[in-house]
Amino acid sequence: MTTVHNVEALFPKEGNVITDNCNEKSAIPLARKNYLDISYVSIEFPTSLGPFKALDRVNLKIAKGEFISLIGHSGCGKSTVLNIIAGLLQATEGGVVLEGKEVNDPGPDRAVVFQNHSLLPWLTVYQNVELAVKQVFRNKKSKSEMDEWIRHNLELVHMSHALHKRPSEISGGMKQRVGIARALAMQPKVLLMDEPFGALDALTRAHLQDSLMEIQRDLNNTVVMITHDVDEAVLLSDRIAMMTNGPEATVGEVLEIELERPRHRVALSDNSEYNHYRREVLAFLYERQRKPAEKTA
Amino acid sequence: MKNKIINIFETMGLSWAVPMVKLATGENPKEQGNALFQLLGLPLIAIMLFLGLWSAMAAQVNTSLGTLPGPSQVWAQTVNLYAEHKEERAKEVAFHERQEVRNAKKLEKNPDATIKVRPYTGKPTFFDQILTSLFTVFTGFLLASVIAIPLGIACGLSDNLYTAVSPLIQIFKPISPLAWLPIVTMVVSAVYVTNDPMFEKAFVTSALTVTLCSLWPTLINTAMGVASIDKDLLNVGRVICLNWSAQVFKIALPASLPMIFTGLRISLGIGWMVLIAAEMLAQNPGLGKFVWDEFQNGSSNSLGRIMVAVLTIGLIGFVLDWLMLTLQKFVSHEKSAAR
Repeated sequence: MTTVHNVEALFPKEGNVITDNCNEKSAIPLARKNYLDISYVSIEFPTSLGPFKALDRVNLKIAKGEFISLIGHSGCGKSTVLNIIAGLLQATEGGVVLEGKEVNDPGPDRAVVFQNHSLLPWLTVYQNVELAVKQVFRNKKSKSEMDEWIRHNLELVHMSHALHKRPSEISGGMKQRVGIARALAMQPKVLLMDEPFGALDALTRAHLQDSLMEIQRDLNNTVVMITHDVDEAVLLSDRIAMMTNGPEATVGEVLEIELERPRHRVALSDNSEYNHYRREVLAFLYERQRKPAEKTA
Repeated sequence: MKNKIINIFETMGLSWAVPMVKLATGENPKEQGNALFQLLGLPLIAIMLFLGLWSAMAAQVNTSLGTLPGPSQVWAQTVNLYAEHKEERAKEVAFHERQEVRNAKKLEKNPDATIKVRPYTGKPTFFDQILTSLFTVFTGFLLASVIAIPLGIACGLSDNLYTAVSPLIQIFKPISPLAWLPIVTMVVSAVYVTNDPMFEKAFVTSALTVTLCSLWPTLINTAMGVASIDKDLLNVGRVICLNWSAQVFKIALPASLPMIFTGLRISLGIGWMVLIAAEMLAQNPGLGKFVWDEFQNGSSNSLGRIMVAVLTIGLIGFVLDWLMLTLQKFVSHEKSAAR
């Protein structure tokens, strides 16, 4: 049932073998499977103590319409990977290819949902989405089409009731919903989410996860989500990429989640398969990749 | 409706008006009475105490110009100054009337006669001096803002530029206006040479001195405000591919507006203080010159008149600060006072 691949074993550090055993039995054609290709991405940051290598040869191939989570301990470079895909950071070596084109700059085809929502506080909910829509669909949509599109996307995240409220007047969960609407409104090829629910309380988080699953069922976006929440990763993802500890972090193992959709959190809590996946991720995080500080403690 | 009014009062810093509104609409009189006492009664008691102390202590001080004036004498001088102002205005009107009549007569005798229209040359009154000072400080302040805000934004966006100009800012910031004054005076008299000057030299000198001193708080606050913008907000702009100017005007500028206004508020406060000092030292027209003239005059009324001026300076400074604070609250995103 489960397929856990030790990527490090498949790609020895010195080797250049590009094999892909990830999906022997899946019927997805190769072109679709290589929709977003992160290959041999390394990044070094200059510090006063010399260069700091945060990522070392990160490899990940993501299919169109796939929901993939990146999980790892804090500080392992998950966000760095996301920022490189977004084009906000430049890889020192290797690169990212989206639909056959190399990624060098940020762009609306890779919309980002930031952890702390990052809505512009002086604009209303509507205006925040409008800013993105006006910029992305300039000369492509008429004024009324844009208006309709903005309202449609806010409807998707159930925020139609607060179109003209400012971010300071709505709750944290609502802000994050608007953040998601803004990203969706860009009609991105890939939706990048940087711990989107990390700052929310458990109940709000569950609500938003359900909303996200609903949206995902309708739109079937390609999503890369950073998380440190094991349940969230298992519940939402098609695959979970587990990252080793930094420095020189990389994708340690990839876990395929073959749970039937739609998934219901209550039903799953009793599901042995679900619990098995959870155990796999937990074992990776707390047995194979314990934080260095915890090892000595 | 009621909440709207209350909101406006609170944004304007007139929190003592809120219980009044609530009282007027019949909301729990006891509670609102207490609130009113706290917000309005306590300050009033403090002011009364201060006036009493002032009155008692001033009588003990004997100067060469008589005893130090207490509140009642100062009030008498205020009335006096107002009367003088009215009188001066009446004289001006009379002067213009006389001149018109004279010119009309001249034209009646000989339609080709060249008539002369002379401006009135009476001395400026206390209230004229206030207006002059206000006009000067705002000119200097506007000039400073026009320079400081764009430069501050540029410094905030570019680390290199900020590193480059930072030492200059640090050196120029602590310079006293009085140190600038001789240099500004000399430069203005050397450079500002026209036959038909739009502004007086004295005005230009004091306005420029204000500019030089009120430049720095706005510059530093703007730079800090822009530099400390949440990186994710700028990243939002990058993801949707805003061009450079849209990035500045749609994200950087609005995001740092609260900080910019904090800077502007400090700048205006400094500008007002600087102006009074500059006017006193350089004999530029304005409130400072009024104080100095009265001091030189040395009549028995002088000390009272100086105190009127001092209190007016304080009051205007307070109103300017309140104006800026209100503006600042209107532009801030959180709608909470930055106090």
